[in-house]
Parts: sequence; C-alpha cells; structure tokens
Amino acid sequence: MSVESKETSPRIMVQATGVRKSFGPLEVLKGIDLALPHGEVMCLLGQSGSGKSTFLRCINHLERIDFGRIRVDGDLIGYNEKNGYLREMHEHEIARQRIHIGMVFQHFNLFPHMTALQNVIEGPIGVKREKRDEVRERAVAILERVGLADKLDAYPRQLSGGQQQRVAIARALAMRPKLILFDEPTSALDPELVSDVLDVMRDLAESGMTMIVVTHEIAFAREVADRVVFMADGEIVEQGRPGEVLGNPKHPQTQAFLAKVLV
Amino acid sequence: MSPHSSAPDQTGQDRTIHQPIRPARHPGRWVAIAFVVLLVAMFVNTLITNPRFEWPVVAQYFTSGTILLGVQRTLELTAIAMLSGVGLGVVLAVMRLSPNPVLSSASWLFVWFFRGSPLLVQLLLWYNLSALFPDISLGIPFTGVEFIKIDANVLITPYLAALLGLGLNEAAYSAEIIRAGIISIDHGQTEAAQSIGMSRGRLLRRVVLPQAMRVIIPPLGNDTINMLKMSALVSIIAVPELLFAAQTIYSRTFETIPLLLVAVIWYLIVVSVLSAIQYYIERYYARGASRNLPLTPLQALRKFFGIRFGARPSTAR
Repeated sequence: MSVESKETSPRIMVQATGVRKSFGPLEVLKGIDLALPHGEVMCLLGQSGSGKSTFLRCINHLERIDFGRIRVDGDLIGYNEKNGYLREMHEHEIARQRIHIGMVFQHFNLFPHMTALQNVIEGPIGVKREKRDEVRERAVAILERVGLADKLDAYPRQLSGGQQQRVAIARALAMRPKLILFDEPTSALDPELVSDVLDVMRDLAESGMTMIVVTHEIAFAREVADRVVFMADGEIVEQGRPGEVLGNPKHPQTQAFLAKVLV
Repeated sequence: MSPHSSAPDQTGQDRTIHQPIRPARHPGRWVAIAFVVLLVAMFVNTLITNPRFEWPVVAQYFTSGTILLGVQRTLELTAIAMLSGVGLGVVLAVMRLSPNPVLSSASWLFVWFFRGSPLLVQLLLWYNLSALFPDISLGIPFTGVEFIKIDANVLITPYLAALLGLGLNEAAYSAEIIRAGIISIDHGQTEAAQSIGMSRGRLLRRVVLPQAMRVIIPPLGNDTINMLKMSALVSIIAVPELLFAAQTIYSRTFETIPLLLVAVIWYLIVVSVLSAIQYYIERYYARGASRNLPLTPLQALRKFFGIRFGARPSTAR
C-alpha cells in the first residue's frame, strides 16, 4: 500500500472531519475531528456512552455517519462524493474498503463452526481469493505469533476468552490490513487473561501497525499509545501524547474520569 | 466396616450412621410396569392369534412389484418436493428478511396462502388447473406474443400436480423455519464477516446458514417425515405412490387390512431410516457448537459395553 500521493496529506492514515451521527433523537457524535498518521497507535478513552465505540464503528462503516467525512489512507469511507454531495456506496464497494481495515470486537465474534485456522484463512481465501497454500502457511505463522501454534484445529468454544481474542486478532491480521480497529478487546476477558491479549497488541504496535484502540486499560494506553484521545458526550474533549493527557489532564471531565479509573 | 452392635457407640452416635443409604421405594412403579406389560402382551397376542391380520398375505405382497414401485414413487415425491420446497423456502426466507418492503410482503403473501389453505384442496386445485387455464403459454406479458403454448391437461400431469402441491406447501413451511434459523444467529457474526470484507451472499452461505442449520435441521427433519406421510394424500389424484399401490391391489383382492399393513410397515421403515439420517446430519452441524461432539449410536454402544466389561475407556473425549 505504498501509494504515495493522494489528495489529502500522504502520511495520514485516518482523517475524520466533522463526523456527526445520531441514533433517533440522540446525537452520539457531535462533530469529531482527528487525524492519525501511518504507523501510530491511538487509544480512545472515555466513559461508556461517550460515543467512542460508535466512532470506531464508523471508521469501517459498520455505522453510517450523518455528516462529515472519514478518510482511510486517503479513501473516503462508505460514500462517493459527486457534485458536492455524498451518496452511500453499494454494499460490494464498502466490502472492498473493509478489506484494508481490520476489526477486533469486544466479544470476539469468531465463527464458531470453523476451527481457529479456518477462521483465519476464511477472509484471505474466500474474500481476497489468495492461494490456499500461501494463506495457510501465513495463517499458521500468524497463529504462532499470537501464541496459538498448538490450537490450529481447535474450535472457538474449546478456547478460553483470551485465546479466542488472539484468534480474532490473527483473523484481522491475515487480511494484511493497513489499519486495525480494536473495540474494547479486553473488556469481556477474565482479569488473568487480559495480559496475553495486550502483549499481542503491544507486539503489533511495535511492528508498526496503525491501530485505534477503544479501551479502559489506562496502563496500556500510557505505555503503548502514541496519542490518547479522551471523549465525552460525543465530543473529543482532550487529546495529545499519553504523558500529557494521562499525566496532566486539563479538562475537568478527563480529570474526573481518570480519578475514577486510576484508584 | 464397623461391627453391628445394637448399642450406640462411644461417641453416642446412632449406629445407623454406618449403614449404607438406601434408595426410596416406588411400589407405584411396579404397578405401572405390570399394567404396561399386560397391555403389550394383549397386543402381541392379538397380532399372533387374530387370523384376520393375514400375515401370510402381508408377506406375499410386501415385496411385490406394484408395492415396491409405490415405495419408489413415494420416495421420489418426498425427495423432489422437499428439495424444491426447501430451495424455494431459502429464497422466500431471504426475501422476507429483505429491507425491500415489496419483496418482503410478496414472501409474506406466499406463505400466507400456501400455509393457510389445506394441502388437499391445493392438490385438487393443481389437478384441476386446466379448468381455470385451458392453455399455458410462455410469451411476453400483455402483448399477445407467445413462444410456446401447451394444453394444460397435457402439461399438468397428476404427478406434476402432486409435486406442485407438495413442493409449494413445503416452501411455505420451510421459509418460516429457515427465517427462524437465520434470525437466531447473533448479529456479531454478521459484523465480523463484514469486517473482513465479505459480501452478503458469502456471509449467508459461509457464516449464517451453516450455523442456522442447527436450528433448522430438527424441524426440517420433522417436515421431511411429515412430507413422506402427506404424500399419501396424492393418491386422491391417482398418483401411483405407496398408498395408491396398496389400494389398487386390495380393490382387486379385497385383502384390505393386510395391504394397508404393508403400506404402514413400509412407511415406518422409511421413517426410521430418515430419522437415522437426520441424527447424523445434526451431528455434522454440531461441530464447534459443543466442546465434544455427541457420540454416534455405535460409539455409544461400544462405550457402554466397554464400561460393562470393565475395560477402562482410554480417553473420555
């Protein structure tokens, strides 16, 4: 994906401008602006209901936005722009965009009727039409990398939550995405399994993957994130380097949140 | 073991503390068993001693050409009606779930009609279709242009009328079964599939339907067995299936009861085979749904005797 010059600045992976979204009368995103450069890790923090998960889901168009633009690597997501207005894309065009955007869910959402390996190869073989042998080899390597070399043929229900989530990360990785979105990846895990998943994510971040992580793991954000974004009531109230936002929060809502979380 | 002494031991505890605990008595159960055994004995007795069962006649016709042809026809009707019915049912279910209100209402209307009117009436309607449409033609609607034109009496044979009646009826029922299966799948599955760029069709084929099968197969198995028996209804429009075959013979020989028994026994045999097939299909789609697959009857038998004979089951999984 080394297309150097698109119209927007070339080094920005995710660019959101004026993103607004309502569920019925409730406005959950009230104009989100942010930019994430290639290879950086962004952690989205905030209380439940602050709109962070919704925003994350807008980035791969699992949710429609009402106003604004989201670009991933220069491509407008979910809409075609023509004569100054936007029209929603056809299903298959959106599917093509999603190939480049991996996603990891809170509840893993592995395909329960497929083994770990089958879950991982389904996308590259079935969607990207890559060669089975190559994909298999790569999938085995990825599953080894996330520490599941001995679980290739296990079905999701035979795995612990932490193992399932690592398979889910492997499934996203196998598509060779430009960007991976993590929607509270450790929130459904037993406490002792959280670190296995965070280790894999840290490893990914170090390898240069661009990541947006919605999380409550402040320690992870402090250590791994290049920038931290704090959201409240559908707006970004504070963002910056983790040291600044987490160490010296300026906004009262950030202060209140951190006081509650960092007991 | 402790010695049996009638006096309380040193600790002052009652000696019954050392007695093994016995299960409750259930005298009522023995009465019920005796009653059931009596009924079974009476039934077996009448099977053997009542000469009007005419077992030799049953045996004589059981594998006769007419009957076997009838069995074959019944199986054919069931298979074709089920396959086309379920195929159309998938289409109807997807239509019903479509965001397009016209497609969804059309599907609803279809189900409403074919589920809402008696199958026997539908069969008679198809059989008498020529009275409504004497000619059936393929052409461009509303223009009078016709490519092919066929006399309905020639096109709609009793066999085709039977297939139409049974198949369309099954489509209406299976549409609802399949729809139930599809909506039983967690929405997270759809999102996960979308997040790796799957198309709608592939999502349905690879992710939703294989999982929905667990919900779909049991009622569909029920429908198949039902279909096998409902196919006897088409004897009324002179399709030579199993019941019709039996009827043709006894209308000649007046051996009514033995020939009806021949039909019943054949139906029971086929239903038993179908039930076994259903068990294995369910087992196939259970993969991943439970930690361990349920045992096949053969494995269960082996395990049972393995334990009976003291052989330790090597691995419990």
